[in-house]
Amino acid sequence: MMAEYSAFSLLANALKGNRDWKPAWRKPDPKASYDVIIIGGGGHGLATAYYLAKEHGITNVAVLEKGWLGSGNVGRNTTAVRSNYLLPANTRFYEHSMKLWENLSHELNYNVMFSQRGCLNLAHTPAQFDDYARRGNAMRHLGVDAELMTPAQIKRLIPALDISDSARFPVVGGLMQRRAGTARHDAVAWGYARGADRRGVDIIENCEVTGFLRDGDRITGVSTSRGDIRAKKVAVAVAGSTGRVMQLAGIDTMPIESHVLQAFVTESLKPFIDTVVTFGMGHFYMSQSDKGGLIYGGDIDGYNSYAQRGNLPVVDEVMSEMLALFPGLARVRMLRSWGGVCDMSMDGSPIITAGPLPGMYLNCGWCYGGFKATPASGWCFAWTIAKDQPHDLNAPFTLDRFHRGLVIDDKGQGANPRLH
Amino acid sequence: MLITCPYCGPRDVIEFTYQGDGNRERPDPASQNFEAWNAYVYDRLNPAGDHNEIWQHSGGCRAHLKVVRNTLTHEISSVVFTRGDHGRGDHGSAARGKAEDKS
Repeated sequence: MMAEYSAFSLLANALKGNRDWKPAWRKPDPKASYDVIIIGGGGHGLATAYYLAKEHGITNVAVLEKGWLGSGNVGRNTTAVRSNYLLPANTRFYEHSMKLWENLSHELNYNVMFSQRGCLNLAHTPAQFDDYARRGNAMRHLGVDAELMTPAQIKRLIPALDISDSARFPVVGGLMQRRAGTARHDAVAWGYARGADRRGVDIIENCEVTGFLRDGDRITGVSTSRGDIRAKKVAVAVAGSTGRVMQLAGIDTMPIESHVLQAFVTESLKPFIDTVVTFGMGHFYMSQSDKGGLIYGGDIDGYNSYAQRGNLPVVDEVMSEMLALFPGLARVRMLRSWGGVCDMSMDGSPIITAGPLPGMYLNCGWCYGGFKATPASGWCFAWTIAKDQPHDLNAPFTLDRFHRGLVIDDKGQGANPRLH
Repeated sequence: MLITCPYCGPRDVIEFTYQGDGNRERPDPASQNFEAWNAYVYDRLNPAGDHNEIWQHSGGCRAHLKVVRNTLTHEISSVVFTRGDHGRGDHGSAARGKAEDKS
């Protein structure tokens, strides 16, 4: 396929007054039936459609999105991409994602602005530093880059950081993954959407699924706000709405709670920090966008919510943590805050599986780490849908692992979603 | 978000600890029904709308509370003690309410 966007096409279209650009995706009406329906036009659903078409040649596919494309979590996250996990199942999966990220702009012929600016986890006690050393060793053992940093190295990297002994939580070191970084999240949705559309996938916006068509137990399609649509296979990739959609299929309980996570951005500043930094004595992470705003967030609010907005205690906590690390930001103004609904699983790890009903495929449980997983999630989910069996990379991420004693609990928190 | 504790009155959510889905039934401790235990530990109702949930007033009177809260609006429609017999008598809100009525 010839690159649609190139220096030549930019120049040629500029000379013609930019009147001839094709829309990045069509606005088709839904057909009566498809081979595969993907519910959810977020990053994961669009990536799944793209890899179904590209890797498996399955192009008679519809992506159904209840709002507009990319209106959910793919446009609400804090854009960090990393693969610094402890447990092998997570490390392998997220490292596969990282490798896809490294070639994603080229692959999609769409600039997702993937910037490998590094991700630094700060340690504030010797025990935490030891724990980071263990995780770094586990990563390197599986071929992922990781390095420990001293306070002096960290100060050179992030001059604005308070690493003095008088800091509220003095920094004793950190764990750096240099290949981690950030990407432009909207471009990821739009790039996958265009790639899928050009291969024949129908992306149908403003089409809300209101029920499932059944033949006994088997799922044979969906009822939507735009009529019934039949399909041989129905794939669910709806993140925070997993509980609601599965209830439509008659499955009332899941190892999932939906929680709200808030994120924040400041007014634009001059270059301030050129890496992603995380706080070890609470839950705080921050990076700076190319526009100059500091993008940051902290913990989920900690109670079930579908509201896409949170409460003030978490705002207060996140700001406090920011100032504990960067006292110099005390007078910077916050520009916006927003919330997204996260599908918190019982062990903090995702679910990518065939089932739980015949004809159904499920992709959920991303907690608040789904953005970095987008390429591998779509890649593995497409494999699972096409071949009716998981790839080695997502074989551990089953739905029944909770009842079989095979949980993948990277943080060791137990079945308490608000702590993952 | 304010939760009106039956003992302490309306208090900020930061005084409370969330304990999740209040619809789950803990099996008898002697039960060897693994499926029931697994369901109790891992499976949750996750409704969009009114949700029965358990909170503890850990930063206050430490009572465990059964709360009905709407997950779409965060509006709380009911707060009672988790055990029906708990909190009644001299220290309960009902008794205190009556005392106030008399004054």
